[in-house]
Amino acid sequence: MTLAAPPTSVEKYAAAFESLSDSGTPDWLIATRLQAWANFSELGIPTARRGNELWKYTNLRPLADAGFEYGQIGPVSLDQIKSAGPWDDAWDTVVVVDGNFSAQLSSLNGTPGLTAGSLGEAIAAGTDNLESQFASLAGRENYAFTALNTAFAADGAYIGIAADTRLTTPVHVVFVTSDPTSSRATYPRLLISASSNSSLTIVESYINLSESSQLTVPVTEVFSDHDSQIRHYRIQIENEKSFHIGTARVNQKAGSSFTSTSFATGALIGRNDVHTQLDEPGAECTLHGLYMTSGQQQQDQEISTTHARPNCTSHQFYKGILSGKSHAVFSGKVVVERDAQKSVANQKDLNLMLSRGARIDAKPSLEIFADDVKCAHGATAGHVDRDTLFYLRSRGVDEETAKAILIRGFADEMLDEFEPAALREFVERTTDDRIATLLAESDTLGTV
Amino acid sequence: MLEIKNLRVSVLDIDDSEILKGIDLTVKTGEVHAIMGPNGSGKSTLANVLMGRTEYVITEGDILYDGESIIDLLPEKRAHLGMFLAFQYPAEIPGVRPWQFLKAALDAKADSRGEEKMSIRDFSKLFDEKVEAVGINPQLVKRSLNEGFSGGEKKRNEMLQLEVLQPELAILDETDSGLDVDALRIVAHGVNSMRSPERSFIIVTHYQRLLNYIKPDVVHILVEGKIVKTGGPELALDVEKDGYKQYTSVGASA
Ligand SMILES: Nc1ncnc2c1ncn2[C@@H]1O[C@H](COP(=O)(O)OP(=O)(O)O)[C@@H](O)[C@H]1O
Ligand SMILES: [Mg+2]
Repeated sequence: MTLAAPPTSVEKYAAAFESLSDSGTPDWLIATRLQAWANFSELGIPTARRGNELWKYTNLRPLADAGFEYGQIGPVSLDQIKSAGPWDDAWDTVVVVDGNFSAQLSSLNGTPGLTAGSLGEAIAAGTDNLESQFASLAGRENYAFTALNTAFAADGAYIGIAADTRLTTPVHVVFVTSDPTSSRATYPRLLISASSNSSLTIVESYINLSESSQLTVPVTEVFSDHDSQIRHYRIQIENEKSFHIGTARVNQKAGSSFTSTSFATGALIGRNDVHTQLDEPGAECTLHGLYMTSGQQQQDQEISTTHARPNCTSHQFYKGILSGKSHAVFSGKVVVERDAQKSVANQKDLNLMLSRGARIDAKPSLEIFADDVKCAHGATAGHVDRDTLFYLRSRGVDEETAKAILIRGFADEMLDEFEPAALREFVERTTDDRIATLLAESDTLGTV
Repeated sequence: MLEIKNLRVSVLDIDDSEILKGIDLTVKTGEVHAIMGPNGSGKSTLANVLMGRTEYVITEGDILYDGESIIDLLPEKRAHLGMFLAFQYPAEIPGVRPWQFLKAALDAKADSRGEEKMSIRDFSKLFDEKVEAVGINPQLVKRSLNEGFSGGEKKRNEMLQLEVLQPELAILDETDSGLDVDALRIVAHGVNSMRSPERSFIIVTHYQRLLNYIKPDVVHILVEGKIVKTGGPELALDVEKDGYKQYTSVGASA
């Protein structure tokens, strides 16, 4: 485009961007995409780590060096989706394949007060507030991955819930990467708009049906109007050659509550970047997550909350289980602005280290500009010692089972957070499978 | 049931670290033995070695259980044979729920003995019954194994496990220390009610106090890694009166 010397990584995405069709796209969205592309062209994939707080601990060179094709491959069968991730026939399910909504694979029950389906169609239909909401939380800032996603924004999922509507059955949004043999990039996009006094449970899952290296760059924007309640779950189980760089931006109005629990075990490089903006008094957010890493995996949790107004509460609590030569980062940040008196903020990151080769960089941080606040933070990296293992074995449990019990015991506190039964069953099963790999790569469990 | 023969034990990878210096001890089925001795005499080492702890090496001697040497058996195998150790300092294990863990332990034992597993319903009933019997707060045992438990609660939890697992040879390592009189009575009651011609106990204690409630068949005095005297319950009273000083000068095994 017009820039003289874009970073080399940008060229790999340029042809795909040029190939995007504008037909049927509203002018405002075309303008937003162009602006985002210009932004990305300037930024490129962030590979410089020195002085770059956001990427200090994570090496994106393998991603910058890789090339990805663009475009939908499909087709995908419902059975493939059902067997790869959580599923419940009773849920309203929106399926998005390679970034595009699939009416055929989705199952929508016509739940009153719920608008669930294609983001592209919702935009074309001129859905209330969508033009002002879209990319207002993510996509215009100087961040390469939200820019990249926004440059390619065409479709995705839109979930809207009307004022005073209280849903108890979960809504499931499944982003599927189809089964290509080549490496592809997809840009899933989700926009959730919860009107005042509504309540919604939403499961956001990322499923990769491919065995080759894929790039998934999702962006989720959440608008929590006053006194709304959102219970959100995020499942990231990409294959271990893939890159998953996800961003969620949440804006909360007065008295709203947003609770999110993430389950991140997949991807070669995985990132879960969440920011909640407590924009009006009395808002509350709880951000939880479990990450498990093995082999050469890198898993980042980039979690931040801004208390902009008084009487808001935030909780950040993550747990990690690390084995092999894997590497995880927990970067938790809470900013309490001058005006945000009577804020309560907690941050905690607990890690179970199973091997000498695994590494955790945990840096919880608080920036407090108000004086009447209650804040606490902490991070630990622990291991299972000999006494613990001997204790279990002396009661008759064999070594391998004892180790698995110990790891499950550490994870259970987070698994308990997954309330819908089908989801809970899925994360438990996936965790147990994962524990086998973690154990196989463990060299310190019960030896120190 | 248990025969310890000239057992010499050192700490793995530490030179000149011999802790047990030739222990001979025989516990017959149905007997209750008390092992008393001053701090540092090797009581916990003996208890842990019996259960198969690997930080210790047996340099000489043997341990026979029902006539078979067990010194090459893994700790879990010893548990399957019917051995149990109530720890002096039980490990804190966050997240592991006592109910699930005990069920797994019981199932593993049944499995290895080719016995039928207890149904969940029967197990739940047994568990609740024992929770009440040992006087442990039911909320506490729902959460975590020993995490955040007081010293007394940990000991009660050891008694809970003992009573649920119903071993044939139970070794109690200072289960009485740090307990108030009420808790002490619960431990004693647990042992006394489990006492049977098929079950043996080794009760390791520093004080004579517990032995007011549990009447041992045999008392051994362990000093500096050796059993210096063996006798009846009256031996415990001697210790209460005169301390262990009298035995350090004796020096020879009784
Ligand atoms: N793992 C170990 N490493 C080093 N020294 C040990 C170890 N276990 C026990 N000891 C030493 O052996 C001696 C006996 O300890 P212990 O068996 O705990 O005594 P008791 O239970 O009679 O108080 C003590 O001097 C103790 O420090
Ligand atoms: Mg001791």
